[in-house]
Amino acid sequence: MSELKEIMVKGDEGLLGEHLGVFTARSTERRILRVTQDGGIVSSIMVYGLEEGKFDGVIAAVADPDDPEEPWKPRPVVITDPDEVLEAAGTKYTYCPNVSVLKEAVRSHGCERVAMVGTPCQVRAVRKAQLLPVGMRHVPDKIELLIGIICMENFPYEGLKTMVEQLCGVWMREVAKMDIGKGKFWVYTDDGEVKSIPIDETHPFEGEPCHVCTDYCAELSDLTAGSVGSPDGWSTVIVRTEKALELLEEMVEQGLLEVKSIEEVKPGLGLVEKLAQAKKNKNQKEIEERKELGLPEPGKVHEQL
Amino acid sequence: MVRLAYVQLAGCCGCLVSLADTYERLLDILDEVELVYCQTLMDEREIPECDVAVVEGAVCLNHEECVEVARGLEEKADTIVALGACAATGNFMRYSRGNEQSAPTHEAFVPLTEVVDVDYAIPGCPPAPEAIERFLTLLLEGKTDLLEPFAKLAEGKTEYCGCDLMYHVVNKNMCMGCGTCAAACPTRAIEIVDGRPVVNEDRCIKCGACFTQCPRTIWPGDDAIKELVMGGEEE
Repeated sequence: MSELKEIMVKGDEGLLGEHLGVFTARSTERRILRVTQDGGIVSSIMVYGLEEGKFDGVIAAVADPDDPEEPWKPRPVVITDPDEVLEAAGTKYTYCPNVSVLKEAVRSHGCERVAMVGTPCQVRAVRKAQLLPVGMRHVPDKIELLIGIICMENFPYEGLKTMVEQLCGVWMREVAKMDIGKGKFWVYTDDGEVKSIPIDETHPFEGEPCHVCTDYCAELSDLTAGSVGSPDGWSTVIVRTEKALELLEEMVEQGLLEVKSIEEVKPGLGLVEKLAQAKKNKNQKEIEERKELGLPEPGKVHEQL
Repeated sequence: MVRLAYVQLAGCCGCLVSLADTYERLLDILDEVELVYCQTLMDEREIPECDVAVVEGAVCLNHEECVEVARGLEEKADTIVALGACAATGNFMRYSRGNEQSAPTHEAFVPLTEVVDVDYAIPGCPPAPEAIERFLTLLLEGKTDLLEPFAKLAEGKTEYCGCDLMYHVVNKNMCMGCGTCAAACPTRAIEIVDGRPVVNEDRCIKCGACFTQCPRTIWPGDDAIKELVMGGEEE
């Protein structure tokens, strides 16, 4: 049995989605850890996949912190060179339409094995594109790997900017990294300053359409990564498909990932389950409230036409 | 074996080309059906009685034969499928206003869904080969519960355009900015700006691909995806 299979545990599939196992991990490569959000899992997989020819294109979000107009505003990119992956490292807490370049990756870049990282809703969008690809000619069988990120909600750009500039008192262009964890929204500046506000103060800036989503862990991904449940600098990884498991096993064997049982670390899988339950409860209630207003349920808009 | 007629009304043949663009998998589909009528592929002048009529193209109300063929389908076929946006939702035929050679008096074009009771409508210009293949496979396997969205599209409104993204997704507080509509659009009429679609109405051909592909408008169910996509079929 592989090292990974030995340490993997299973959690509540009703909350995390069906999976083969969960573990905690971080990259062993300094160049990745230097720029990454948590454990560098997504970046590591993308670099490894491109270098080994497992993917010929990856879709990710790149943001320019020094953009004179809209610093930190992400845009989706199709990356075919492993050296460019790290430019997309790190979380951007605002919308980035990753799926919008999916057909371009296949049709314009000629990619045949595409990997994409996305929020749970984006992972869902791609899965639907594979099942019922009405406007997605020749896309369905070109999706090699879908990496989900754990997601509670997203923020419109101007909302994020208000949180950073008004509430944290930092100019967007001075921000080196943003993070959400331990009940706070954190801003790290280029000068090494650290500002934070309680997560409660960010709620008014959340995108409202996020409030009808009950998917916390990207339940339809091949694998999901996120900081929740793991210690600082590590990522919780939920493996769902055999394809993803094989890829991760290879990376562990080659020493690219350091892995631990999630049962050995704090705060552990229980926190992921707790927050998944919270998202499901809160947003299911929102769906019911909207129904009372006569608004459609997500996924059933066509029934009202 | 299922008797299938492929009927072409006022269309460009692009939907049939898309079906053929499934390459060798077209042969698998043809193994499963008895093709009883198809103007492009076979010499058969009259549409015979059949189990399924797959119809491409709009109905030209100025063309008697076209209207007759459309009207006659209900008697000849048990299941009528409007394949592609011209038959399903109108598509750019909505912009027709006559005065064009070789038939200057042909100006009134409507989707098949406005003329007869259609069982399933598949938008798109053309629908992707894989979508047609999926639809026909599910239909032939009798998995009609998964085809429910296409049945709904056949009985609901019959006109679609990029504005639907605004009216029925963004205005209903449902858009999370994933970008699917922009990828699905065959004319690149959609750009995602500040996390929401902006539709260039001059480029929109009213094919309905954006609305249909949006994960928030129609969700086929997690189970179907786990079984048919993640179960290894696509891999």
